[in-house]
Amino acid sequence: MTANFFIALLRFLIFPGLLFTAVVGLVMSWLDRKVTARVQWRVGPPFLQPFYDIVKLLGKEVIVPAGGSRMAFLGAPLVGLAGATLAATLIGTAAIYGGGGGFRGDIIILLYLLVLPSLAVILGGAASKNPLASVGASREMKLLMGYELPFILVMLVPIIQSGGMLSLGNLLSFQAQHGSFAASLSGVVALVAVLPCLQAKLALVPFDQAEAETEIMGGALIEYSGAPLAVFKLTKAMMLFTAPMFLVVVLWGGFGQTLGSALLGIGKYVALLVLVILLRNTNPRVKIKHAVRFFWGPVTALALIAVLLALVGV
Amino acid sequence: MGLKLKALTKSPWVFHVSAGSCNNCDIEILDCLCPRFDIERFGALLVGSVRHADALLVTGAMNRKSAMRVKKLYDQAPKPCLVLAIGTCACDQGIFRGSYALTTPLDELLPGAVTAYVPGCPPKPEAIISGLVKALQTLQDK
Repeated sequence: MTANFFIALLRFLIFPGLLFTAVVGLVMSWLDRKVTARVQWRVGPPFLQPFYDIVKLLGKEVIVPAGGSRMAFLGAPLVGLAGATLAATLIGTAAIYGGGGGFRGDIIILLYLLVLPSLAVILGGAASKNPLASVGASREMKLLMGYELPFILVMLVPIIQSGGMLSLGNLLSFQAQHGSFAASLSGVVALVAVLPCLQAKLALVPFDQAEAETEIMGGALIEYSGAPLAVFKLTKAMMLFTAPMFLVVVLWGGFGQTLGSALLGIGKYVALLVLVILLRNTNPRVKIKHAVRFFWGPVTALALIAVLLALVGV
Repeated sequence: MGLKLKALTKSPWVFHVSAGSCNNCDIEILDCLCPRFDIERFGALLVGSVRHADALLVTGAMNRKSAMRVKKLYDQAPKPCLVLAIGTCACDQGIFRGSYALTTPLDELLPGAVTAYVPGCPPKPEAIISGLVKALQTLQDK
């Protein structure tokens, strides 16, 4: 009992949870900034830049706005961090230990956990008593309602194809036997439909309305300074690792057990991430109403087609 | 030099305070972020909210309307926070000295807060970067 508890704690805090995800996520956020800089013909930041940013923010003064709710304001970033860490732990454990790493229904729990970082932004923005932060929080809420519908529809595809498996470990072993879901027609359509949802989950352009720096001055994060801001930045970096990883595991075959398949899995993850970064750099920010219309219109239609194809069995 | 200070000198996020400037200094500040100079090489980012800032880049001669807002913005910034006077107007009010529309120069409004003066009308991007580097050096000397 206690041994299991300590193993779980180690998985949560060190590998593949908090520490590992934080380090990989920060490296990936460096990749994001570097690729962005190269696209714009700049040199870009040095490799350790995201780490310097986090350490610097941890050492700065923390200001709680007068009239804001102190507890919600300071608690919100921790909620987001806990959600991202737990999601990373579940996904990483399943990816490494296969069928033994998950439990029945963990894919549903993951869908909830992946919402927590966005929920934290809403909570923190609303608690700060800043009108621009309220605008940011309301936009984040609309965006969340927009992309969650196609995202959940897409998650039905692997469940239908595998005949009702609800655990990440089982989905992985099913893919190991029958080939990844992304190799089938419905899987390809699902992957295309989920890509904009991923973009919105990571709050990157064209779906960064909630944090629009040039328009509402940082939006929901406008009042945050010092350590809470560092936690938000860290959560965002961790999501850069967690969310694409989730898709690789659920739809694209995961990491397998051999070195070759693990490298292939990492290649899939990096490919997905670079695609997201390039999308971010070649698109302008859209208005929130257009974003919601886009998600509830074409993306949901595409996700529905994927579900229908999966039901037919192709 | 502690880790905290080293991280601060490696990642100075700047906030742009235009206190009634003629827009030339503002354009030169934006030039620093463009491909030719790219101050993101040194970790500097232009941030949208003063709560995220480590350095305020103040441009303009500060008229009666904007002076109180500059003071307010400095009070809202999390400390430690550097203040750079960008352009001759921000340094010593330039050709507008003695005008009825102006109050006090920046360093009298924020006594002891201004860490670097970058003169010029407008200053070159090289000068602004040099000013930022020197301001960060004073931080290391403390």
